[in-house]
Amino acid sequence: MKYIDEFQDPELARRLLDDIHATVTRPWALMEVCGGQTHSIIRHGIDQLLPEKVELIHGPGCPVCVTPLEVIDKALEIASRPEVIFCSFGDMLRVPGTGRDLFQVRGEGGDVRVVYSPLDALRIAQQNPDREVVFFGIGFETTAPPNAMTVHQARKLGIPNFSMLVSHVRVPPAIEAIMSSPSCRVQGFLAAGHVCSVMGMGEYPELAERFRVPIVVTGFEPLDILEGVRRTVQQLERGEHTVDNAYARAVRAEGNPAARAMLEDVFEVTDRAWRGIGVIPQSGWRLAPKYRAYDAEHRFSVEGIRTQEPAECRSGEVLQGLLKPHECEAFGTLCTPRTPLGATMVSSEGACAAYYLYRRLDMPATKAQEATPVV
Amino acid sequence: MCLAVPGRVLDIEERDGTRMATVDFGGVVKEVCLEYLPDLQVGEYAIVHVGFALQRLDEESARQTLELFAELGLLQEEFGDPWETAAEAAGSEPVEEVGNK
Repeated sequence: MKYIDEFQDPELARRLLDDIHATVTRPWALMEVCGGQTHSIIRHGIDQLLPEKVELIHGPGCPVCVTPLEVIDKALEIASRPEVIFCSFGDMLRVPGTGRDLFQVRGEGGDVRVVYSPLDALRIAQQNPDREVVFFGIGFETTAPPNAMTVHQARKLGIPNFSMLVSHVRVPPAIEAIMSSPSCRVQGFLAAGHVCSVMGMGEYPELAERFRVPIVVTGFEPLDILEGVRRTVQQLERGEHTVDNAYARAVRAEGNPAARAMLEDVFEVTDRAWRGIGVIPQSGWRLAPKYRAYDAEHRFSVEGIRTQEPAECRSGEVLQGLLKPHECEAFGTLCTPRTPLGATMVSSEGACAAYYLYRRLDMPATKAQEATPVV
Repeated sequence: MCLAVPGRVLDIEERDGTRMATVDFGGVVKEVCLEYLPDLQVGEYAIVHVGFALQRLDEESARQTLELFAELGLLQEEFGDPWETAAEAAGSEPVEEVGNK
């Protein structure tokens, strides 16, 4: 138990681990949905502390990773225009589009700015009435309500020079797509805690019942993850498949009703492409008709941009839990955080970057040597 | 960006008809929108994501999470200079800030 002393409460961690070890009698494969959880698992070596019979499979819950290449290309096209101030969260700067990224667009003279909140972008629009201000609206159910409120405010305050490039994604359809795949090995889910703090748990009982899979709402601190694993494994060993909340301090069953109401007002559900995976039906949001005037895709006529993803990048398989990062031929050689082929390597929450940064011991020795940490 | 960070409400005011707060994240102070937690009061803690308070949190949990985040360098990741981070990842020197943020 090499890493356990680094836990916030090593004593509690040890008790949870002992309990998990005592409970497990058969092999189980669990998927953690959230990229923050993946990062935490690898950083703390949680997967190595668990019994060998418990395998953690990394899910598609990193918004930076799943944003499709063609949306990045649309962002690059818009950000390159002289009249545009393009605002984004910092983690999108180095996500590769076709041939370049936002970081390079800025180097070429594009006015790309990093904001902490989408409301900051709205303020920039108010301060620059002669420019077009575009915000890059990506993310899961945690990020979508802030972005929804920002579009709502733009309309309420009558700010005509603000628009949003929207590429929001939803977790439940992704779980459905993963479970429906014939090659799926997932037997239990650690659901993403902060997504549920907004959406509540109402979307999960039907999925748990239909696929006979336990879904345990889990936070992303090391102890939260151990508790999530413990409860999931207990259900599996007992042959149960219910929805359970192991993150009660931040998640209520109903989520945040005000945020959900705003989501329903501003967005409508749509089919959405996920990078590396392809289109998942009903898995995304786009602006509802009454907010279309704020849709940057229409305003800058970039709807037609279509992009093919590079064939050598296997991030789609990684995102679906079909391939571990180090099993990819390009991992650590052709593909590194400095020269990322796909977004699972460029985002710090991506599974490939987490494996690279923490130099996982379960990768082949030669690769481990090549994959020297860059932090 | 995935990260939602607990913070403590220092001050609340109405701006453009919107309930806004200044929130302390273990030393970093940011503007936060309270429209999704309208009854949050000064002194209370909440989970904040991209400038929006999304759910209440008890003080003990919030403090523990903040300590852990600080220890892991995640607060720097969330609130540090993203251009510097991007430049480091790209293996080049940080570029000069453009525009009037």
